[in-house]
Amino acid sequence: MPKLDLMGVSKTYADIQALSDISLHVEDKEYVCILGPSGCGKSTLIRCIAGIHTPDSGQILIDGKSIEETPIEDRRIGYVFQDIALFPHMSVRDNLSYGLAVRHAQSSEIMTVTNEMLDLINMRDRSKSYPRELSGGAQQKVAVGRAIATGSHLFLLDEPLGALDAIVRTELRYELRKLASDLGLTVIHVTHDQEEALSIADRIVIMKSGRIVEVGKPSEIYLSPKNLFTENFVGETNLLEGKVLETHSSQCTVDVKGHKLRVAGFGKKVDQKVVVSIRPEFVPLTTPTGMGWEGRVEQVTFLGSLNRYVLEVEGGIEIVAEESTAEYSTGFRVGESVSVLLEDNAHMLLFDYPKEGLEKEVSLE
Amino acid sequence: MPEVSFVNVTKKFGRVDALDRVSFEVRDGEYLCVLGPTGSGKTTLLKLMAGLLEPDAGTIYFDGKLVNNVGAQDRNAVYVPQQYALFPHLTVLQNVAFGPLARGKPASVALDIASKVLDLVRLSSRAQALPNELSGGMQQRVALARGLASGAGLLLLDEPLGALDARLRLDLRHKIRDLVQQSGSTAIHVTHDQDEAMSVADEILVLRNGRIQDFGLPRRVYRRPASVFVANMIGGASLLEGIVDTTVGETALISVRGGLTVQAPSKNLTLTVPVILALRKERVRIARDRLEMENVFKGEIRGVRFLGNSNEYLVRIPNGDVLTSRLFAEREGGAFKVGDEVLAGFLEGDVMVFEYPLQGLAKELEIA
Repeated sequence: MPKLDLMGVSKTYADIQALSDISLHVEDKEYVCILGPSGCGKSTLIRCIAGIHTPDSGQILIDGKSIEETPIEDRRIGYVFQDIALFPHMSVRDNLSYGLAVRHAQSSEIMTVTNEMLDLINMRDRSKSYPRELSGGAQQKVAVGRAIATGSHLFLLDEPLGALDAIVRTELRYELRKLASDLGLTVIHVTHDQEEALSIADRIVIMKSGRIVEVGKPSEIYLSPKNLFTENFVGETNLLEGKVLETHSSQCTVDVKGHKLRVAGFGKKVDQKVVVSIRPEFVPLTTPTGMGWEGRVEQVTFLGSLNRYVLEVEGGIEIVAEESTAEYSTGFRVGESVSVLLEDNAHMLLFDYPKEGLEKEVSLE
Repeated sequence: MPEVSFVNVTKKFGRVDALDRVSFEVRDGEYLCVLGPTGSGKTTLLKLMAGLLEPDAGTIYFDGKLVNNVGAQDRNAVYVPQQYALFPHLTVLQNVAFGPLARGKPASVALDIASKVLDLVRLSSRAQALPNELSGGMQQRVALARGLASGAGLLLLDEPLGALDARLRLDLRHKIRDLVQQSGSTAIHVTHDQDEAMSVADEILVLRNGRIQDFGLPRRVYRRPASVFVANMIGGASLLEGIVDTTVGETALISVRGGLTVQAPSKNLTLTVPVILALRKERVRIARDRLEMENVFKGEIRGVRFLGNSNEYLVRIPNGDVLTSRLFAEREGGAFKVGDEVLAGFLEGDVMVFEYPLQGLAKELEIA
């Protein structure tokens, strides 16, 4: 059963540091998503694990054994990438059994395993179809099935859903996750899609510029990340620049353009520059009460399950708020005045002001 | 700034109808999103508008004038393809100035237009860079700038955010919308991403297999979709199969398999007709012991999906069907766990009722 250890893995192309000192431990049967913007090194990393690239330094161990010492055919790694690579002239069944046939498995075994696989990916009735007769989503399921049929237990998925339509992508990610759980697979899944990672991963690795920024469970990564980059990267958020006015035991009072906010946070100093973050769904709006911040609705967008508001708050602060449409509230209209209740909001997070500036820290480009 | 009308436009590739008798209108200054799965005919529709393809049948009007035989260069429309197709050897500024130059503007005027547009897309500081020195998101904005600088009143954007990372897409979709609005152009934006369509569109046109499935305001398309396919494609819904049992005034009683009864609006329903009931995720409530709604069932939580801003709870009700309930802004861990016994409920008025699709439900929902 595969455990995976990366120890100080680095890789340089020309003069670009694609990976710097990556260390990560993945448990047997764990589903880990590697999430980061384009160019963060996530594909390079998965290619190093697959043995397609060799790191300049550091070690990659599968079950404690260095992959360099294991011949490729014995590594038993399944690899699925964004561009679906099925054999076009082979039926679904033949594509699925290909790996076993290459290994000279007995024909009875090939038959049994292939049938199991057809059931698993729910395509028994399409076994005679050719890839071109299938939708993109169905083709990608066959590609996953083919990788599983070879008996691999460690799976490397590089943007496996990236080439599919949004709605197919959503359905397929849950199927993929269920398959991995049912079969007890260890999976490393690379994606740039936050929701995909949040909804299926046991743990998420956030990468930026060739480094691991942080690792955590989806709820930690979204609700209480340690880094400002993570906070902004995994979902839309309001970032308010401010200065610490007072510190109490586990709380600070922060001044944001003349507004005072009480935010949980340790170890901050008076006068220190900070960034307060609050996600749109945690910004409560009411009709004007004289409490909280006074604002004006600048823009309303109906998103189906949510209404999204862009507000202009006194002091020239722009705040984005989102409200579920479940409550039949009529919502607010453009030009309407509202109160924004933030002062003691427990969902606010406090970050040190980044050394390189806020814009650079959260830049996605 | 043209108004565009399609009247019964058909386009075939070989024997395949890429577009089949498509009729709709776009008003001046409007932002229209064309939403549909791969192969639904979205790009064909854009290219017909641009004059890059000719219809096999039907007519296309710009401002009331027939343009079937008007070439692409004379249409006051610009097609911005999915692949940015910037000139690699020209600077960002030169790329953007190219359109006005090609239209015969003097160089000084063309460069002036280009700088103004680059300012708009906030790339002035990179005006002298070459395309390959820019990130994907920046190249995308250059492509958009080039479209805006062309001065065309009609912007045809083919998956303008398709090549970008999800997070950047989220930021840029609001930006694109604002930019187009400031320019006063009419825009047609093609996408397969329903969230993107909902957040930028004045109106949404849903295409499938070359036919219009639905066309209207985002709010209407979401609240009263024209078909089960549209309900599933935009927003998603839990589906129950049933038969209309009785109607009492405004209320219909619908027998759902497994001996359950659901109260639904009776409007336009005929007795004994098989129907599909569709429920939006945010309209399905769950509670531990009390729910005051017309439709309440016992259920068990079978799955929890964390989506960041919300949790989706999959609740199995006694007949084996699963209802999805979406709760926003929950605290860490969420309110319910797998295995919890709960009540799941929804209001009569929230049940969307569709006639059972002739071709069967699975076929109706098929994406490609």
